[in-house]
Amino acid sequence: MSSIKEIQEEIVSEFEILGDDKESTIFYIMELGANLEAFPESERIEENIIKGCQSKVWLIADQVDGKVHYQADSNTDITKGLISLLIRVLNDRNPEEILKTDLNFIERIGMGSIIGSQRSNGLASMIKQMKLYALAFQAKQNA
Amino acid sequence: MSLDIDQIRGLFPVLHQEVHGKPLIYFDNAATTQKPKSVIDALSGYYQLDNSNIHRGAHALADRATRYYEDTREAVREFIGANESAEIIFTKGTTEGINLVAKTFGRKFIGKDDEIIISALEHHSNIVPWQMLCEETGAILKIIPINDAGEILFEEFERLLSPNTKLVSIVHASNALGTINPVKKVIDAAHAVGAKVLLDGAQSTSHLEIDVQDLDCDFLAFSAHKIYGPTGLGVLYGKREALEAMPPFLGGGEMIREVTFEKTTYNDIPFKFEAGTPNIADVIAFKAALDFVNSIGKPAIQIHEDALLAYASELTKDIKGFIPVGTAREKVSVLSFNINGMHPFDVGQMLDAKGIAVRTGHHCTQPLMKRFGIEGTVRASFAVYNTKSEVEKLAEGIAQIARFKNK
Repeated sequence: MSSIKEIQEEIVSEFEILGDDKESTIFYIMELGANLEAFPESERIEENIIKGCQSKVWLIADQVDGKVHYQADSNTDITKGLISLLIRVLNDRNPEEILKTDLNFIERIGMGSIIGSQRSNGLASMIKQMKLYALAFQAKQNA
Repeated sequence: MSLDIDQIRGLFPVLHQEVHGKPLIYFDNAATTQKPKSVIDALSGYYQLDNSNIHRGAHALADRATRYYEDTREAVREFIGANESAEIIFTKGTTEGINLVAKTFGRKFIGKDDEIIISALEHHSNIVPWQMLCEETGAILKIIPINDAGEILFEEFERLLSPNTKLVSIVHASNALGTINPVKKVIDAAHAVGAKVLLDGAQSTSHLEIDVQDLDCDFLAFSAHKIYGPTGLGVLYGKREALEAMPPFLGGGEMIREVTFEKTTYNDIPFKFEAGTPNIADVIAFKAALDFVNSIGKPAIQIHEDALLAYASELTKDIKGFIPVGTAREKVSVLSFNINGMHPFDVGQMLDAKGIAVRTGHHCTQPLMKRFGIEGTVRASFAVYNTKSEVEKLAEGIAQIARFKNK
């Protein structure tokens, strides 16, 4: 498995290929959403919705062999693509690793200007929720 | 007579720019229209030459500012065909105008078990103030239902009317769907049972010719920024007898005749409803916006916008996955739609990447969206400076985006 740093580098170079063409970039993000694993229907409930996102985002997490496994879904394709990027970087890592990760790829690819301020706020809420899960698992581990 | 759109576009500095490397196509006019240079110049001109507090100033600048401010009031009177300029009250916008009526007329004349009628097409700003009033007074809110095209069911409205109806508050043209309501018929029927009528003119005043005396509405609320004017300014028209019977809205300077610690007497209309220093600069600049509209004429504007809407509807109707929302026979220039399998926010963001500005979401009409069983729509709304070639780019964009999920 590649390191978090390596995956972030990969993402940055993928977006570099797209260049400044906002249209292709958005299409690319939307297509990334297809990489998400199927979200369990039974988890598509109010309690799993991330607050602070304009579009609906469901996120759940589980700890398997010490690693945090995330599953997420959204009712919009662009948001699905964004979550898939986060999951690609953070999935199946130790809580400690997730908590100390600086997701610098977001700023490096200029995500803010690609997706606009509303979705950027949503993206920040997703990251916060993913880290909160990691924090909770870490606390449980150390208890 | 067809309009010289190039010449009109030349008056709007903001239109001449690129976004995301593409020429800007501004189709978010129902949210706010762009401002002609004359409005921008009037704003800066006021601050550079005339800035002064109006009324009662004993100097030249105050006198000038007062004159310009009152000139706009007169221009608004003419614009909507009011009987006298005292019936024109400046507000922050349509929302404040409606709230003003709810909090003054409503509190005084609407009581327990009285009924207020609105329609299923209303913007939240014409729902919430009445819900608040009903909560306060025990009055009852009734809703005129609509058909699948987004038109009110007039017979249902007639059934709702009764001697208990104190007020009908209805949108003239729907912001979310574009539907133009048959307001003349609504007003006549409401008056027949002794109810007053407030028209929400936020979306109609920039497109349709309005004559409040001919319509005979008791109140009309609208916003300057949707008629090529500045933001933060609106107008509430009220018939003199209605405004005089209403208590003041806010207390403070300007709205008083005499203040003692024992008792305060109030100023005449319109000043009774304009407490505090008003939005002088924007009021003065608003006249330039009205002059702009008058220089073209609403009939010509309407013909142009109707043609754009018809063209957009024609170019999009056969796109696979294109779902129009709101297909009323009478519409202002609003194309509201969804794309099968796609969230409106995604569609909006993809159009933005093509330089096309539209609005997405529930358009502050959540009950209306619920009526259609949808979360929201994508809304393209046209103004006088939009062109057929821009509409073609929109249709091409929609077709390309729709293919993403509708192969």
